[in-house]
Amino acid sequence: MSDKHTEIDAHSGVETTGHTWDGIKELNNPLPRWWLIVWYISIAWAFIYMVLMPAIPALPGFGGTNTPGVLGLSDRTLVAEKVVAMNAERSVASQRLMAASLTEIQNDLNLQQFAMAMGESAFGDNCATCHGAGGRGAKGYPMLADDIWLWSGTLDGIEQTLRHGIRHEGDDATRFSAMPAFGRDKLLTSSEIDDLVQHVLSFSDRDTDASAAAQGSTIFAVQCASCHGVNAKGDRNIGAPDLTDAEWIFGGEPADITASISNARNAHMPAWQDRLDDPTIKALALYVHSLGGGE
Amino acid sequence: MGLFQKHQALERHSLLLTVGILLVVAVGGIVEIAPLFYLENTIEKVKGMRPYTPLELTGRNIYIREGCYTCHSQMVRPLRDEVERYGHYSLAAESMYDHPFQWGSKRTGPDLARLGGKYSDEWHVDHLRDPRSVVPESVMPPYAFLSDNIVHFEDIGDHLKTLRFEGVPYSDEMIENAKADLVAQADPNADYDDQDALVARYEAAAGRKGTVIVGDYDGDPSRVTEMDALVAYLQMTGTLVDFSTYEADDLSNRR
Repeated sequence: MSDKHTEIDAHSGVETTGHTWDGIKELNNPLPRWWLIVWYISIAWAFIYMVLMPAIPALPGFGGTNTPGVLGLSDRTLVAEKVVAMNAERSVASQRLMAASLTEIQNDLNLQQFAMAMGESAFGDNCATCHGAGGRGAKGYPMLADDIWLWSGTLDGIEQTLRHGIRHEGDDATRFSAMPAFGRDKLLTSSEIDDLVQHVLSFSDRDTDASAAAQGSTIFAVQCASCHGVNAKGDRNIGAPDLTDAEWIFGGEPADITASISNARNAHMPAWQDRLDDPTIKALALYVHSLGGGE
Repeated sequence: MGLFQKHQALERHSLLLTVGILLVVAVGGIVEIAPLFYLENTIEKVKGMRPYTPLELTGRNIYIREGCYTCHSQMVRPLRDEVERYGHYSLAAESMYDHPFQWGSKRTGPDLARLGGKYSDEWHVDHLRDPRSVVPESVMPPYAFLSDNIVHFEDIGDHLKTLRFEGVPYSDEMIENAKADLVAQADPNADYDDQDALVARYEAAAGRKGTVIVGDYDGDPSRVTEMDALVAYLQMTGTLVDFSTYEADDLSNRR
């Protein structure tokens, strides 16, 4: 501890620091040379980096911003360049995809593979959350892997739905129709709804109360047939589902049908044209078209 | 000896050492933090940012209360893959009214910075009630109780006042009408004058149309639940800024 301390440890030949704990003395070994060199290089690198990269804030003459660095690098311009490069890489195939008709794509293996790969990955992130992986659907969200279509099953029709959505506010070209909430808005009494449910069940050949179903059939003709059709086959122009098949978007049990008639089901699908670019939308339409029932 | 031995004085007096450490750390802090308060390019100049409406703010408070940020980030980084998946990278301006911000640092679930408008309200309600009913592989816990919790918003005006104290530009009018605004946004069949007033107030603050959505978010128009509030908040995340007014190449927007 004294400034003049120069005791040399006899065993190692190294100077001690003079600190002693219970007779144990501390050696004053120098820092390892490799470590010291790396440390000095790091300090020098900090200064080099400061010159090369954006660093010092608010120096006079930089317009209230930081020094841009000699390399002029910026994460934001870099990512913009990378996106441009990515689009350029895809542009040849994308342009062919945009120009080709359905049959042309179906006959061109390369183009078809490109569209499927692009469509599948976009579907996974954007569509599968509601429509399920592979378009298997979920209660409240239509299955896309069958040949039953609510609005349209053609390539153009699917693309139209993707672009403008269904009942999407703020999009004039969105697909739109509104089923009345027959129970909630007191258009029908609950016993009338019960009769109607029996009649709807009879479309899919299920056991029903015949007299109630007969009562329901008159109500159906007045209230429902204008949209769902006299024979309950639905109408794609207004997205009215076919009530005679075994597929039920919102459930086909009597309780589900009662709820649907009482509160109406005017489901909303967002419009995607502002979120996805044109080639992605076309690839998605092709992918959905290919899932099972494209027309 | 000499100068290099002087540090021994610091090492021997703990108080002196503490003060010394404090001074050194303060230099680092001042150099890194202080310029952000007066640099012109800290927050980008973009159109569309507005304070949260009372209903969105309530939803945001639920988001914070439930710890959503522990699994979800709200920060799209400027990387090609992220920009391709989530949309435009996040700007500092988009968090300018956040106290505290919800950038997060962990992504057990996906980033939510651009979630607004991506899915339907019904989907959000289904998904919050039972995540696995729509996403079978999800590990998110269910939040079905939000549909049963009625929002108690007697103090919502005070929330706005507190945020104004922190620098969020809520006007006197917004604070006065906070309760009415909250109810109006959650019920599409509410008093239309209230709705128009709400939309006018907040769109004027945003400087552009279409940034305030009125809707019955949880499918139950008879009451305002925490589900209404949270879905209202989720449906507006990342939708405010008008990116046509943002110039990435501008020197002041470089990062």
